[in-house]
Amino acid sequence: MQPIISISNLSKTYDGGVRALNSVSLDIEQGEIFALLGPNGAGKTTLISAVCGIVTPTSGTVLAGGHDIIRGYKKARAMIGLVPQEISTDAFETVWATVNFSRGLFGKAGDRAYIEQLLRDLALWDKKDAKIMELSGGMKRRVMIAKALSHEPEILFLDEPTAGVDVELRRSMWNLVRGLRERGVTIILTTHYIEEAEEMADRVGVIRGGEIIVVEETEAIMRKLGKRQLTLTLTEAMETVPDALAEWHLELADEGHRLVYSFDANDESTGIPSLLRRMGDLGIGFADLDTSKSSLEDIFVGLVNAQQEPAA
Amino acid sequence: MNIRGVWALYSFEMQRTWRTLWQSVVTPVITTVLYFVVFGSAIGSRMEDIGGVDYGAFIVPGLMMLSLLTQSISNASFGIYFPKFSGTVYEMLSAPMSPIELVLGYVGAAATKSILLGLIILATANLFVDVRIEYPLVMILFLVLTALTFSLFGFIIGIWADGFEQLSFIPMLVVTPLTFLGGAFYSINMLPDPWRSISLFNPVVYLVSGFRWSFYGEGDVSIGLSLGITAAFLIACLAVVIWIFRTGYRLKE
Ligand SMILES: Nc1ncnc2c1ncn2[C@@H]1O[C@H](COP(=O)(O)OP(=O)(O)OP(=O)(O)O)[C@@H](O)[C@H]1O
Ligand SMILES: [Mg+2]
Repeated sequence: MQPIISISNLSKTYDGGVRALNSVSLDIEQGEIFALLGPNGAGKTTLISAVCGIVTPTSGTVLAGGHDIIRGYKKARAMIGLVPQEISTDAFETVWATVNFSRGLFGKAGDRAYIEQLLRDLALWDKKDAKIMELSGGMKRRVMIAKALSHEPEILFLDEPTAGVDVELRRSMWNLVRGLRERGVTIILTTHYIEEAEEMADRVGVIRGGEIIVVEETEAIMRKLGKRQLTLTLTEAMETVPDALAEWHLELADEGHRLVYSFDANDESTGIPSLLRRMGDLGIGFADLDTSKSSLEDIFVGLVNAQQEPAA
Repeated sequence: MNIRGVWALYSFEMQRTWRTLWQSVVTPVITTVLYFVVFGSAIGSRMEDIGGVDYGAFIVPGLMMLSLLTQSISNASFGIYFPKFSGTVYEMLSAPMSPIELVLGYVGAAATKSILLGLIILATANLFVDVRIEYPLVMILFLVLTALTFSLFGFIIGIWADGFEQLSFIPMLVVTPLTFLGGAFYSINMLPDPWRSISLFNPVVYLVSGFRWSFYGEGDVSIGLSLGITAAFLIACLAVVIWIFRTGYRLKE
């Protein structure tokens, strides 16, 4: 299937000379949830802003639903809803007025029933006549989401939708996003909460210094780059790792009570059976064993650091 | 053409007017009353008629122009500056709206508001003096043309400004003096010569003169010249606005 968003060789150099995007190419598939991860200043917002028409790209092309975002900007933009990183709303307007205004701006005829349902879904219905300045920060963010969804976009950009949002609201946002995906909306979100990407995204892309360094299915990236650890709780503490076990590069933890073995989940042979056999030969007993895998966060930090070194 | 978008923007902007109806209407009414108390009754009663027109009635077109210019500029400049300042401009930039459509929405609303104000001032003035309008169609034409032109001008100022001070800077330092010196309260023919000739470089002279012509059939300069200069200024403002959107000047990075 044709990707719903196709970005090719997109670059952006700001007036001040900052090269925020460096020849980024990326395809977003219809109906997926795509998480864009990257440290502060990596270019996430710039990438989203360029696609949405807020920043003019220096070079490169972007197609949204097959429409060029410059030449066919009306058709492209009509498909897209944007929740920017910064909350900015018309403080003196009511929730109802501002959400309906957004719908009109995108050329859609009024639809009270749809807007009502939208506000109900976002738990804003009882605030519909409140002025936006009277709302809490979390509510304002939901108003921004309501505005972005007011014109029934097929593509939704969420730039850090859960920054500064409490746990409960975060969960409800995740549910909302999943609900949207079920209705066929394609969602691109940026986040600093890796668990969010891990939990929700079908694919993740990591951007650093204006370049996309990895794009992978969330599961695959975790399988591929994830490290696993085997922890053995020993029956008797030991002071040093015996030389006979040197080839496994073991580490001692918990004052010698635990032996930790790190291995790559993808290796054909993990080395575990031979390790256990050797320990048996040496008469080292263990009471318990446990394996764990690294989180996307560990992977992410590893990736960003690994890329930093050659650049330095 | 995204007509719904234009309408949404226009009515959203007009909504702001209704919300601040108090300031929007009461201020000009009170100002007009004050002008009439001072110029119309106190001073005007000692003034001779100008060109056969009672002084109180003579100043009505100038008074309307003064409000029309300052209000058009401040409405339109505030209308676009505020979203830039608060960040909500992201929505205009990401909406399927062409530059022309954005201008129609913003400038249309600002112009509508100042036309309404002009009419309110006219009605208020009518309570104090007998205003006669010789050429109502020309009067309306001038009203609309001036409101549009100066709303466009205000739109440009709003985009250029990067502080609230700058929003009031041009209206206060440029437009108000030019209007006062542009024959709003006198005929420039009353001035002695170097001043009369110098006044002819003031574009507001042509606006006030043309507008007064539509009321009393007489102006300081010919009506054709007045219309021509007003139209030229409109075209110049349009050109700047088109350039702004082409380049994204102060709107987009
Ligand atoms: N308007 C601007 N003018 C000049 N430089 C800018 C502008 N906006 C962003 N930049 C620069 O571009 C780079 C990328 O910024 P961007 O906002 O895209 O990062 P980000 O990945 O969204 O970061 P964060 O996680 O902090 O939101 C940064 O170096 C930033 O300083
Ligand atoms: Mg950002």
